[in-house]
Amino acid sequence: MDPSIALLTVFVLAIFTGYEVVSKVSSTLHTPLMSGANAIHGIILVGAVVVTGHADGAGEVTIGLIAVVLATLNLVGGFVVTDRMLEMFSGKRPPADTEVAAGKGTE
Amino acid sequence: MIPVWAQVTYLGAAACFVLALKGLSSPKTARAGNLLGAGAALVAMVVTFIVYELDNLALIVAAIAVGCLIGVPVARRVAMTAMPQLVALFNGVGGGAAGLVAYLEMSSAPTVFPLAAAVATVAVGSIAFSGSVVTFLKLQELMTTRPVTPPAGPALFAISLAVTVALGAALYADDGAGVWLGALLGAVGLIVGILFVLPVGGADVPIVISLLNAFTGLAVAASGYVIGNALLLIGGTLVGASGTILTRLMAQAMGRSVVSILFGAFKGGSTAG
Repeated sequence: MDPSIALLTVFVLAIFTGYEVVSKVSSTLHTPLMSGANAIHGIILVGAVVVTGHADGAGEVTIGLIAVVLATLNLVGGFVVTDRMLEMFSGKRPPADTEVAAGKGTE
Repeated sequence: MIPVWAQVTYLGAAACFVLALKGLSSPKTARAGNLLGAGAALVAMVVTFIVYELDNLALIVAAIAVGCLIGVPVARRVAMTAMPQLVALFNGVGGGAAGLVAYLEMSSAPTVFPLAAAVATVAVGSIAFSGSVVTFLKLQELMTTRPVTPPAGPALFAISLAVTVALGAALYADDGAGVWLGALLGAVGLIVGILFVLPVGGADVPIVISLLNAFTGLAVAASGYVIGNALLLIGGTLVGASGTILTRLMAQAMGRSVVSILFGAFKGGSTAG
């Protein structure tokens, strides 16, 4: 198979997988799921590291390094904040959706 | 070409991402799912450092350290009430990173398909970035949470969108040429993103964050296609697809339709639609 067609095949199958895998989520988990999915696309860090590692010239390296910092924020921050969000699910009855969306309590 | 074992490891990480999303869909397994995703990302990063022969290694490690030193404390200390806007911000920087990666690869794209994907990524990534920054400002109440409709907003939005498409087409036709054209494309994308989110009211903002999350996912997938990395392609596509369906589910839960949320403020003398 032509490599670009192979990648296209993967793309199409991944669309259906992504669709199916979240189609039955309960509404209490909408916000954590969004946050977790947000962390997953932080994997762009792999791309940022690779292009920075092959960049030529100060300009390209600078842009690449900015991308690395931004992608790290997305990946690491995303997983940490999702974990904190899910802490309040452990052991207790799941709070109502509005509480999750607005945070628990009034501060 | 990267070695087979590394490609297999990337495939394993991609499978873990699917399982992570699956886990996040149920209260009992959500936390484990998130940790599985984080573990898979960590393994993928280690493999990347081993198999790609990278220059500027010290600088890259320093940049990752900077990202961690900012990201972890912020994510740990943020108030529960401020979490949605933090997610929006993290989503935005991810979109920005995808746009920058594609921008760097634009000049070296070998054929028209990767070039087209790179052009699309620069546009979508910058839209996700600026759009997410506006959602952050709205939720943090640094700006008004009411819908903002700039005078001639719909026309401005349509024109910016048309300019984005035209610039993309120009880049595509003139392959490899336009570094400045690419930068311009990114700049117009930023404007489109702002105009896209301004008319959305405060209560609907989380739904738009979810939509922008899906945008970033697609941008990441396209940049994975550009650099020929299956993990980025699968991870990005998963988020793009699940983010789209999640956006619809969230809108349904609020008894709203996505279209009415996005274009509601344009009603009356609207050219949108």
